[in-house]
Amino acid sequence: MADSVTRTRTDLSSVTQDGVGTSPRRPDGTLKVTGEFAYSSDMWMEDMLWGMTLRSPHPHARIHGIDTTEALKLPGVHAVLTHEDVPGEKLYGLELRDQPVLAFDKVRYKGEAVAVVAADHPETARRALDRITVDYEVLEPVSDGRRAAFDEHCPRVHEEGSLPVHEEYNQKGNLVRYQPVRTGSFADGTPVSRLRAQAGAVVRTEYEVGMQDQAFLGPESGMAVPAEDGGVDLYVATQWLHVDQGQIAPALGLPDEKVRLTLAGVGGAFGAREDLSMQIHACMLALRTGRPVKVVYNREESFVGHVHRHPAKMRFEHGARSDGTLLYATLEIILDGGAYASSTPAVVGVASSLGIGPYEVPNVAVDAYGVYTNNPPCGAMRGFGAVQACFGYESQMDKLAEKLGMHPVELRIKNAMAQGSKIITGQVVDMPLPMAEMLRRARDMPMPPARDELPDPSDLRTLPGGVANTSHGEGVVRGVGYGVGLKNICYSEGFDDYSTARVRMEAIGGEPSVMVHTAAAEVGQGLVTIKGQIARTELGVERVTVHPSDTRVGSAGSSSASRQSYMTGGAVKLACEAVRERVFALARERGLVGAGHSDELLSLTGGKVVSETDGVLASLADLLGSDAVEETREFHHRTTRPLDPLHGQGASHTQFAMCVHRAVVDVDVDLGLVKVVALDAVQDVGKVLHPQQLAGQIQGGATQGLGLALMEEIQVEESVIRNPSFTDYLIPTILDTPPMRIEVLERPDPNAPYGLRGAGEPPTLSSTPAIVAAVRDATGRDLTHAPVRPEDIVGIDV
Amino acid sequence: MEFLSPATWEEALAAKSAHPDAVPIMGGTDVMVELNFDQHRPSALLDLTRVAELAEWGPDGSRVRLGAGVSYTTIIQRLGKHAPALAQAARTVASPQIRNRGTVGGNLGGASPAGDSHPPLLAADAVIELASVHGVRHVAAREFYLGPRRTARRDDELIAAVLLPERAGPQHFCKIGTRNAMVIAVASFCVTLDAATRTAGTGIGSAGPTPLRAVAAEEFLTAEFDWQGAGPLSEAAVRHFGELVASAARPIDDVRGSADYRKHALSVMARRALSWSVTDYRKGEAQCA
Ligand SMILES: Cc1cc2nc3c(=O)[nH]c(=O)nc-3n(C[C@H](O)[C@H](O)[C@H](O)COP(=O)(O)OP(=O)(O)OC[C@H]3O[C@@H](n4cnc5c(N)ncnc54)[C@H](O)[C@@H]3O)c2cc1C
Repeated sequence: MADSVTRTRTDLSSVTQDGVGTSPRRPDGTLKVTGEFAYSSDMWMEDMLWGMTLRSPHPHARIHGIDTTEALKLPGVHAVLTHEDVPGEKLYGLELRDQPVLAFDKVRYKGEAVAVVAADHPETARRALDRITVDYEVLEPVSDGRRAAFDEHCPRVHEEGSLPVHEEYNQKGNLVRYQPVRTGSFADGTPVSRLRAQAGAVVRTEYEVGMQDQAFLGPESGMAVPAEDGGVDLYVATQWLHVDQGQIAPALGLPDEKVRLTLAGVGGAFGAREDLSMQIHACMLALRTGRPVKVVYNREESFVGHVHRHPAKMRFEHGARSDGTLLYATLEIILDGGAYASSTPAVVGVASSLGIGPYEVPNVAVDAYGVYTNNPPCGAMRGFGAVQACFGYESQMDKLAEKLGMHPVELRIKNAMAQGSKIITGQVVDMPLPMAEMLRRARDMPMPPARDELPDPSDLRTLPGGVANTSHGEGVVRGVGYGVGLKNICYSEGFDDYSTARVRMEAIGGEPSVMVHTAAAEVGQGLVTIKGQIARTELGVERVTVHPSDTRVGSAGSSSASRQSYMTGGAVKLACEAVRERVFALARERGLVGAGHSDELLSLTGGKVVSETDGVLASLADLLGSDAVEETREFHHRTTRPLDPLHGQGASHTQFAMCVHRAVVDVDVDLGLVKVVALDAVQDVGKVLHPQQLAGQIQGGATQGLGLALMEEIQVEESVIRNPSFTDYLIPTILDTPPMRIEVLERPDPNAPYGLRGAGEPPTLSSTPAIVAAVRDATGRDLTHAPVRPEDIVGIDV
Repeated sequence: MEFLSPATWEEALAAKSAHPDAVPIMGGTDVMVELNFDQHRPSALLDLTRVAELAEWGPDGSRVRLGAGVSYTTIIQRLGKHAPALAQAARTVASPQIRNRGTVGGNLGGASPAGDSHPPLLAADAVIELASVHGVRHVAAREFYLGPRRTARRDDELIAAVLLPERAGPQHFCKIGTRNAMVIAVASFCVTLDAATRTAGTGIGSAGPTPLRAVAAEEFLTAEFDWQGAGPLSEAAVRHFGELVASAARPIDDVRGSADYRKHALSVMARRALSWSVTDYRKGEAQCA
């Protein structure tokens, strides 16, 4: 991939080698590329058993009985457990406790766990599953999200009164959360007709975003090992060890300290590991059998083993004055959360507050609904509610521009937010937001060569359809499109998602060494290098070790919401500062620092305590001797506020981030096939910590957005997934992924450590609408469904 | 499950005769997927990878004899001249890893309507060589596909080889997938122009319960085409050919695409492949003159 990364502001001088701003190698990089990295599914113990899960074949059914007798008779089977065997709380959940550890009374989606088995061989376990009989009374599933939201006669997915009450979510019927936002004249109930009459152009469209899968390559897996104290040690691939612990322990009826978690090798996450999968089951089986129990889902099982991106049905209306100034917007967004809440309330919070994107619009009415259905549960995925809305508002911007005869970039610049703007919740953007500049940069980047300028235009790999030989140039039309998205970074709405870091400095073999210990999950994003880089920069020590992540240190929060560089990076920085202060104090105690010489004049550089005026005062190794300096610190971001349930007002977000994409595509307009020729990005990240990993995040995020634009959709019919495999759930290959030119801006956010801005999610927002806009540009089609299907391009109803 | 691993063809045939339900396994790129997904649990597997002659190919009179176990990679590298459409089809199969293992014999054994070898074998009028302890049979590809995943191969038979007629004109294969590599066909099409017999051949994939021929389209083209002078076909004729191909398809709506789209795509591919073939044919004629 011939990408080029241009940095526009470089202030990355780092005195210590491999410090902040450099690109040290990842410790797991070579192992992963050579296939030697131990993923959670590779763990093995001499006396372990295999755990397997019996799942509901029905999306909605009443359970009249479960008979495990025959399964237990099978030699080699050590345990068969149902809901009756759950030692503690029978329900768990990320935000609302509404999901059974093992189903009782009812199953609410196809694939829901009903029983678990431990056996000495996976084949024995599988046979045991076949011998469990469940007496189901099949019920009609609630499959339509719109019906679930609005039809009073729609059956309830969860029985009335059975759910935890949250007044602020406007719960009703099958609504997990309803969040309105009202600004301008909508706040006092002015009807839209009044505004419509003042508009020079009005566009009104219904959009759909399909259910996207995170498509991580390492399926759900882990190993639970029973401990002598009656507790359990769990090695698992997850995104947030402590939130797992907080759900597992109550289900096992154990105190938190008896459920110890260690992060196992994670094969990707993207939100899909925020919710529990096999964790409680493996622990129950291990505690029951007294043996280590390993659980590994297969690929088909994985499709029902984790939550997906909420599919969305959206009705957007935008009105603009004739000069292109946006006047009003009304948005209805229905997010299908499936059978259990997962993170639906928070997804609704993002979709509503960021529903109109980074545009100044004086009058806005948003109605965002998260609903229960009997579809597969949906929750966190990279972009988290902002992706769906972004597809809608960016499509609307293009339509308005077309209607008004404006260039799409011009219209966006005209209405662009900037530092000081207010988003629709009333929150002020109190950090740089160089949106207009980013749009100009994206527009002005060099274009990829036209087809007739290619060295060999007959090379099939340059054509839509590729080597499948469907076109030698016939029907191929080029299009260009733009997309920009606004994403919140860190958790929102009053949630204190702090992170904890323990940093220890000591001399080992005469050399100062630092150990960084956090519970943060390395899910592939590269936090493992960032932690070391920060320690090197802050402490002037080259030898830094990163301790495996576990629950022996405080919570790090989730590897989600693009927040770990900010939060765990912030915690490591704080802990390092505390260690540094103690080292300075030690130097003073030893009389190495002159009186009246303030700490401001001191630094740790090259393994030495250095004074700005007096030069080297001591080597750290000598100063520390056999002592270790250890400090643990929590880092909290600034407090945020909930949205009010009536008008959706409140400064709910910690930080805002943005990426702009320009997509260039070649479309075979007769066959409906697309080749993305270029997917170029401009992103402001405040401060680059690791240039190479940053490029990887932007490329990866853009590619995941490309998947949503052109191919990725879990097809659900009557609440049943029709394509639970990578044969039919397609994700982009290298031949689908174009070169990406990336321009990175560094406009520091004064509130964030180093001024950094979370970077992982924004490109996932902007690349989808940019690509779809480019396909529209090439075809003249409306294209209201993401992903765009060949049928949509050639105009065949699906 | 028994694992039979014959070292010679004779032993393989004897094993198949003794265990008619044994599932042959060559590249394993279908068999292993089915086992993994627990779709069926055969009583025995019959490993053919040790039978050396299955992986061989070479001239057989005027034809080319392609062992059932020749990999797609070899086909791409070595058979581009003799069987261009089959080589093109092989190029569209899966990924390099799968192409190193996967074989035409396996494609025929599974007989999925989406198998990429089938349209070229149909269009080129290839012959399948079947063998058992009772002897060898030759079945035309055009008579081989009987129903959904059902073929003329009997339970005690193995597929020995494919016999490809000498190539006497242009061939083109195209395949629709919703990504640009590593994808099962949504629809595929192959056309051949045979100057020696002055006949046209077609094959359709992924648009019916079996791989199909568009017989009416072949007959139309055979009659319409200027075999002598290679004059261009009228736009109307090309269009009509596309329509005849589409109407020969019997597609369904499924996760990979809708029936209407498949028909539409077939008509487009048929027109394009025909135009490329006519151009090639004219170039070939010019070279002969
Ligand atoms: C990731 C992936 C992608 C794929 N993509 C494609 C694609 O793009 N296009 C496509 O067409 N296919 C594709 N396939 C399917 C598969 O690769 C092909 O069908 C291939 O041709 C099978 O060949 P094989 O040698 O691996 O067959 P095997 O798996 O060994 O056997 C397949 C079937 O043929 C039978 N068989 C094998 N040899 C004989 C014999 N000599 N006599 C009788 N029966 C025999 C077996 O019993 C079995 O039923 C893909 C598979 C995978 C895993």
